[in-house]
Amino acid sequence: MVTLAHYLTLSSILFAISIVGIFINRKNMILLVMCIELMLLAVNFNFIAFSRFLDDTAGQVFVFFILTVAAAETAIGLAILIVLFRTRRSINVRNMSSMKG
Amino acid sequence: MAELIVFYAFAAALIGAALGVVCMRNPVLAVMFLVTCFVTSAAIWLLLEAEFLAMTLVLVYVGAVMVLFLFVVMMQDIESATLRAGFARNVWPGLIVGGVSIVELLTVVWVKNEGLPMASVPVPHPAEYSNTEELGKILYTEYVYAFELAAFVLLLAIVAAIVLTMRERPNLKRQDISKQVSVNRDDRVRIVSMEAEKD
Repeated sequence: MVTLAHYLTLSSILFAISIVGIFINRKNMILLVMCIELMLLAVNFNFIAFSRFLDDTAGQVFVFFILTVAAAETAIGLAILIVLFRTRRSINVRNMSSMKG
Repeated sequence: MAELIVFYAFAAALIGAALGVVCMRNPVLAVMFLVTCFVTSAAIWLLLEAEFLAMTLVLVYVGAVMVLFLFVVMMQDIESATLRAGFARNVWPGLIVGGVSIVELLTVVWVKNEGLPMASVPVPHPAEYSNTEELGKILYTEYVYAFELAAFVLLLAIVAAIVLTMRERPNLKRQDISKQVSVNRDDRVRIVSMEAEKD
């Protein structure tokens, strides 16, 4: 049967894949935002699996709040991306260091 | 047994789609793979009997957030060649950090798991059990302040996104309503006294 270890292993693999994604796509801001979404999904997996196996609904409430915050974060991140593309004509992260002292 | 087969099938699809998000050259295809990720995770959440959150994930994430991503990716003419320039150079540090983190996470899961029900299987809920009702009961009583705070976060996100993307064009001709309303008679009308014309 599917046990808690199965779900936790799956979410660990998902988290590690998104870490690798952040490393290899560090030029492209839109893919960075997508990798962060993937990380939050892995965290949500843990919350839901523990909520089921420890029989506590509070874990699902936390997933609800994580989804809310992630949606807000995505909206603001994409708005920043649009403004950045409008002024710079590029979303390369390397071009964003102009405020460096 | 059937549950295990379903779990492994969806887990394989999920990991494949996540690899697709990470490795895809074309950002539109990456967004499509992310949509696949969310849909497969919703299916796995159904296995965990979290029906409300699975539906929320499909409706809110796939229906709204991913469409927003697609809009942004398609509207902006992103040249992906320069953005992928350092790909080969960054692969090895990424793989090393990812490998180390997965070994650490799996150590926590498989070795240091005292006190966790690692091998037990939870009893399935009866047919009349409603996940949405349970979630609503706890959300609107115990977590009601957090719920209102979440609503405020969403309001803040709306305001922030609008303020960030609002564009002021300097030489655009348009009405200034307050100026129109606050105008006086003296600003517009000038009484001239002049001699009557005689012909």
